[in-house]
Amino acid sequence: MLISCPYCGPRDVSEFTYQGDATRTRPDPASADAAAWHEYVYERSNEAGPHREFWQHAGGCRAHVVVIRNTVTHEISSVAPARGDRI
Amino acid sequence: MSPRRTAAGGRIDRARTIRFTFDGKPMTGHLGDTLASALLAGGVTLVGRSFKYHRPRGVFAAGVDEPCALVTVIDGQAREPNVPATQIEIFDGLVVESQNRFPSLGFDLGAVNGLFGGLFSAGFYYKTFMGPVVGPLKGTRFWMLCEWFIRRAAGLGRAGDAKDAARYEKMNAFCDVLVVGSGPAGLMAAKAAAASGKRVMLAEQEPLFGGAARWSGETIDDAPAERWADEAVAELAGLDNVRLLPRTTVWGIYDGNTIAALERVTDHKASRARGEPRHRHWSIRAGKVVLATGALERPLVFPGNDRPGVMLARAAGRYAAEYGVLPGGRIAVFTNNDSAYRAAAALHRAGATIAAIVDVRAQVSAAASKLARETGAEHLTGHAVVDTAGRQRLRQITIRRFDAASGALSGAARRVEADCLAVSGGWSPAIHLASQAGAAARWDERLQAFLPPEPTGGWVGAGSFTGAFTTQEAIAQGLAAGAAAVGATPAASKPPQAGGPDLDVTPAPVFEIRAKGKAFVDLQHDVTAEDVRLAHREGFVSVEHLKRYTTLGMATDQGKTSNVPGLAIMADAAGRTIPQVGTTRFRPPYSAVSLGSLAAERHGELRPERLTPMHDWHIERGARMLAAGLWFRPQIYGQPGETVEQAYAREAAAVRAGVGIVDVSTLGKIAVQGPDAAAFLDRVYTNVFSSLPVNKARYGLMLREDGLAFDDGTTWRLGEHEFLMTTTTANAGKVMQHLEYFLDVVWPDLRVNLTSVTDQWAGAAVAGPKARDVLAACVARTGVDNEMLPFMGIVRGEIDGIPVTICRLSFSGELAYEVYCGAGHGLAMWEALMEAGKPFGIVPYGLEALGTLRIEKGHVTGSEIDGRTTARDLHLGWMLSKKKPFIGSAMMDREGLASPERLQLVGLVSLDNRAIANGAHIVEGKQPPDDPHGSIGHVTANCFSPALGRYVALALVKGGTSRHGTRAHISDPLRGRFGPVEIVSHHMFDPEGSRMHG
Amino acid sequence: MAEYSALSLLKNALSANRDWKPAWRKPEPKPAYDVVIIGGGGHGLSTAWYLAKEHGITNVAVLEKGYLGSGNIGRNTTIIRSNYLLPENTRFYEHSMKLWENLSHELNYNVMFSQRGVLNLAHTPSQLDDFARRGNAMRHEGIDAELIVGAAAVGRLVPGLDVSGSARFPIIGGLLQPRAGTARHDAVAWGYARAADRRGVDMIENCEVTGFLREGDRIVGVSTTRGEIRAGKVAVAVAGSTGRVMKLAGIERLPIESHVLQAFVSEALKPVLHTVVTFGAGHLYASQSDKGGLVFGGDIDGYNSYAQRGNLPVVEEVASEFVAMFPGFSRVRLLRSWGGIMDMSMDGSPIITTGPLPGMYLNCGWCYGGFKATPASGYCFAHTIARDEQHPLSAAFTLDRFQRGILIDEKGQGATPRLH
Repeated sequence: MLISCPYCGPRDVSEFTYQGDATRTRPDPASADAAAWHEYVYERSNEAGPHREFWQHAGGCRAHVVVIRNTVTHEISSVAPARGDRI
Repeated sequence: MSPRRTAAGGRIDRARTIRFTFDGKPMTGHLGDTLASALLAGGVTLVGRSFKYHRPRGVFAAGVDEPCALVTVIDGQAREPNVPATQIEIFDGLVVESQNRFPSLGFDLGAVNGLFGGLFSAGFYYKTFMGPVVGPLKGTRFWMLCEWFIRRAAGLGRAGDAKDAARYEKMNAFCDVLVVGSGPAGLMAAKAAAASGKRVMLAEQEPLFGGAARWSGETIDDAPAERWADEAVAELAGLDNVRLLPRTTVWGIYDGNTIAALERVTDHKASRARGEPRHRHWSIRAGKVVLATGALERPLVFPGNDRPGVMLARAAGRYAAEYGVLPGGRIAVFTNNDSAYRAAAALHRAGATIAAIVDVRAQVSAAASKLARETGAEHLTGHAVVDTAGRQRLRQITIRRFDAASGALSGAARRVEADCLAVSGGWSPAIHLASQAGAAARWDERLQAFLPPEPTGGWVGAGSFTGAFTTQEAIAQGLAAGAAAVGATPAASKPPQAGGPDLDVTPAPVFEIRAKGKAFVDLQHDVTAEDVRLAHREGFVSVEHLKRYTTLGMATDQGKTSNVPGLAIMADAAGRTIPQVGTTRFRPPYSAVSLGSLAAERHGELRPERLTPMHDWHIERGARMLAAGLWFRPQIYGQPGETVEQAYAREAAAVRAGVGIVDVSTLGKIAVQGPDAAAFLDRVYTNVFSSLPVNKARYGLMLREDGLAFDDGTTWRLGEHEFLMTTTTANAGKVMQHLEYFLDVVWPDLRVNLTSVTDQWAGAAVAGPKARDVLAACVARTGVDNEMLPFMGIVRGEIDGIPVTICRLSFSGELAYEVYCGAGHGLAMWEALMEAGKPFGIVPYGLEALGTLRIEKGHVTGSEIDGRTTARDLHLGWMLSKKKPFIGSAMMDREGLASPERLQLVGLVSLDNRAIANGAHIVEGKQPPDDPHGSIGHVTANCFSPALGRYVALALVKGGTSRHGTRAHISDPLRGRFGPVEIVSHHMFDPEGSRMHG
Repeated sequence: MAEYSALSLLKNALSANRDWKPAWRKPEPKPAYDVVIIGGGGHGLSTAWYLAKEHGITNVAVLEKGYLGSGNIGRNTTIIRSNYLLPENTRFYEHSMKLWENLSHELNYNVMFSQRGVLNLAHTPSQLDDFARRGNAMRHEGIDAELIVGAAAVGRLVPGLDVSGSARFPIIGGLLQPRAGTARHDAVAWGYARAADRRGVDMIENCEVTGFLREGDRIVGVSTTRGEIRAGKVAVAVAGSTGRVMKLAGIERLPIESHVLQAFVSEALKPVLHTVVTFGAGHLYASQSDKGGLVFGGDIDGYNSYAQRGNLPVVEEVASEFVAMFPGFSRVRLLRSWGGIMDMSMDGSPIITTGPLPGMYLNCGWCYGGFKATPASGYCFAHTIARDEQHPLSAAFTLDRFQRGILIDEKGQGATPRLH
């Protein structure tokens, strides 16, 4: 699998660390909504098909990227910086 | 020269005699021979034994599809089992052994299994060997007794046990187009792609490029096809943008068009040059792949079809045309299609007598008939071979009249003398790589073959891989594929013209001749046509069930010759079509790959070693080193005659009485910088850091999002916007990743930059009542007195001219300092501290003493912060700020994390004056088996405490705090220890902390 | 249908094996059952068997979208062990072990459970201490465990292993569970299917569930590619497909991620590896099958996947570790690799529960340890289905444990499935 790091270019998957489901929303830090925190920490969409997920280019620039990857075919349709303002 | 050798032609060099041994017997061949061709030339027909019935087996194929002639190659101490003789290029001094036979290949006791064929039917082992339900052989015992014998009878070759002296290497490569296979289609594709100037790689699993052109006997552009191929290869070799990879099997297609290939660099050589690898594992990122992998011939299934001397027609033709070897003196041909006539012609041209051509079809093409006439063979159309005879080699075949439509046999049996039977049951495109890449294969009724799925975009196909079985089609498809791969249109010039007989490429849909006797589908695994029908009777109809129940296609050849015939027989039994039965998905590798090549350079050096700048100093001072992750740290600095316990007790006592020094360079260190650094740390740590003054440090605790303890360490405020965070050695990488995630993903608005500086700073902790004296003696440009450097204070100064940063903090509970300098100066700083400490009796101490000091104090490490404990379990609840949210604060109070029954940190004091080993459990009363489920906790760290004069430990115990002052037992059945302990507070020494504040 | 035995083999051999009957029937689905189990893998099939055997519930259908045993039951490295650390796990897996020990007799099908031992190698003193803790935990639960101390002792147990001090990660000992071992994975599926079939359970192959039938909140059946089937109770045991199937019931999110795990087998060799061995300085487990192939595996690829195939980095890593352990195996050849889809849970432990909807029962979260659990999983799940309550052995494996913070985190990795 090749992931096109927006900073470094296409790199082998072995340079990246998977950081999981990117569809989760972290509740407000001060929130005491147990259900919302549970959903954020423990529940996953686990899509079969296009899946929005984080990867870190740990063996490269160390930036996190948002990847849309089909979990059935492993085809990657988009890669973007997780932190939009750094490119 | 052997009488089986032809006078001229082929790839061998008759002037060069090569000597090798087979089962200890000296033999010869010629340069260019494979082991199979050399053995055939030497008249050796018995090469191996089959898996189950140990039936005699000879050479069946000429390439990667060989199921029968497997041998072990011996290279000094190293052994490579299960290598097809067809894939071994002989060289002087080659040593090979036959396998799966006892006591010898010619007389194998295992062959007795064949007498019980009826019992040993497919899946028989699922139905028996269960044994009695009571008595000494109950449970699994009877099966395991039987299994002992079965395992010895199974298996093929024997693996080596000595370390392999050969090197293996990995190569990464990048190209625009990778062409797999170098027959006419592959060569044309490579040429067409190369013309664009783009980077092209051409991989061929055989030693020579050319594929079918080497043996077809056709012409291309009026030259012998073989010569045309050589010229095309020479042309490609002359181009800078083309890389040719002979002896290279492309075995896997992975995501992103990452292609795995194995190059056998030196297997054909008597010796390897210095540094030359045995195998090279290629990982190729290809823009496009052209699959021109050709097609594999499949056999017909009929009784006696496994006898040595029966072989694929293409193989027989190849041996004659390419290796100048006649696989028999009197050869018969048995086919359901025209291609075998080409093989017959090649054999005839090479001088063989063609006894008969038996064709299941009543009518054949004019071209085929013409070839048959030219061979002088008796041409028996509408006939089939129904049996063979001969002991360890073919002597005779039996033929009857056959109706291809109904499969019915009729008429009298005829016997024909023959010592070789060349068989063709049609062709299966080698679609393995395309199948690995995704979609299912498509059945083509006309060609009676599975064709590749629609291209995925990563690859294009050409030649017989696509079912285009004529050379002219292969050339055209190769041209188109090569051009398409580089996004060009094919050149308008006239493509090369193939010349040869106009053969019919469609076979008759005949796969099996049903007659009396064992007819084999999978020749290596001894799966018979009857086994397939048995699987059907028992309901194992789907292709995967068939495969798994009978083991068909699971042999070392992965069913290259057996899959389609097996499916056809199942389809017939089930009254379905072949595609209804299905095709199995092909899995990597296409053909077997050495584990050494996959391990490549990392073998023996699995991971890098991380050494601190003071590493050599420790070794020179007699330190015993311990692995800590990838790091190596001193365990003890032992003196002659000391036990480990004596050494660390001495070191720890020296710290408490005077002063000691320990290398702490391995601690994780992260520079946290930026205007929002303090705010960031407030969110990351459970306690507050924004209130920390510059030049002060604070102990911090981090939780995970789920509210469990994650890591601890001190963080130093070096400036308004600059912090140095330390983490535990083990968690340095994880903490860094954790922080980066939050900055990138959760709080991108925070203006903070993180830099891992673990390797940039060397550190030493100087601890003990005389620690200040040592620093005072060597630190310049700053004072280190209590005023200048109070507890948790930070100063910058110099030691021996080396800039250092010093923080007064304590893991040992003593007056202590951590001194950091640039890693390049680490050793000099360390030596200067040692020198300054000499008058004070400074002692270097290792991990054991470090552990002892912290156990006495009840400080936690990764043994206690084990991913299952909370801050409160570890008595760190005081660090949980109520003033602000932090990572983990929302989830840390869930009911299960607040239960009083949780494991809590306690101290243990041994009451029998014996050690309390890590990993021992705590029980209230009895030990197992008297008290099942009696464990109430476990020991996390232990030592002999010189300060307390007792064996003590830290432990996690259920409801631990409520048990202070009570007695319990440690229970360590694994090491035979059971003894009384008192449960105490984890603060076992100087609970007020007066020593470190002194 | 006849019992399998040496005698029946002999009798059938004499009649040219023409009289064998199908191992299980291929019935058309009935319009309704008491219990419909979705998933004809190991856990679904064993659930069907224990429903019949332990609870007398036989009006049951097992629905399988492909062929029986097409999922992880036929794609694993066949290791059976109960060498866990936490009591919730040790008790459950030890019960499984006990069921395994008599399974061939119980099913009248030789599943070839061979108790050749599982040895976990330790490379540092602290790792050996961790193993001691785990081994002691086992012994305190009545499970066999032995600490092997010293490279020489390990070398005697596993010839061929590099026990030299010069190895990058020298071996200093290990934890051995002698009763652990391997079984023939496919046979487990077939044995359960045949046994359940003999009690009247219908195995419905090529029957993919496409939706759930509801009455109000309650699940009352399923729609399938072979028509609608109503059921008193619908049980889901689909491992890696849990996310997909539960979405059909409107459950969009679960504490599960599906990941791909690759497994590997070498060409057949004469016996060379007698125990199951795991490498402690990485992640590798290896054994040798009765056919002679070395069967081995390592980490999951580490990303969400429903494709039954993985990528090259894991192949290389696993081979590297294997050859580091057994330097003589560098010329052994990899024959085949494949991938399975693992239902990785948030604490690495499984879920066996009623719900989450009325009329529904859920069994998932086996990570890559589901094979050894097959008997106990079915046993406990059958209890839950039959009685609408947790079985004491699986009482901890609830779905709400994450909300409540009562986690069973064997590795202490938290809610990061790829690390379990």
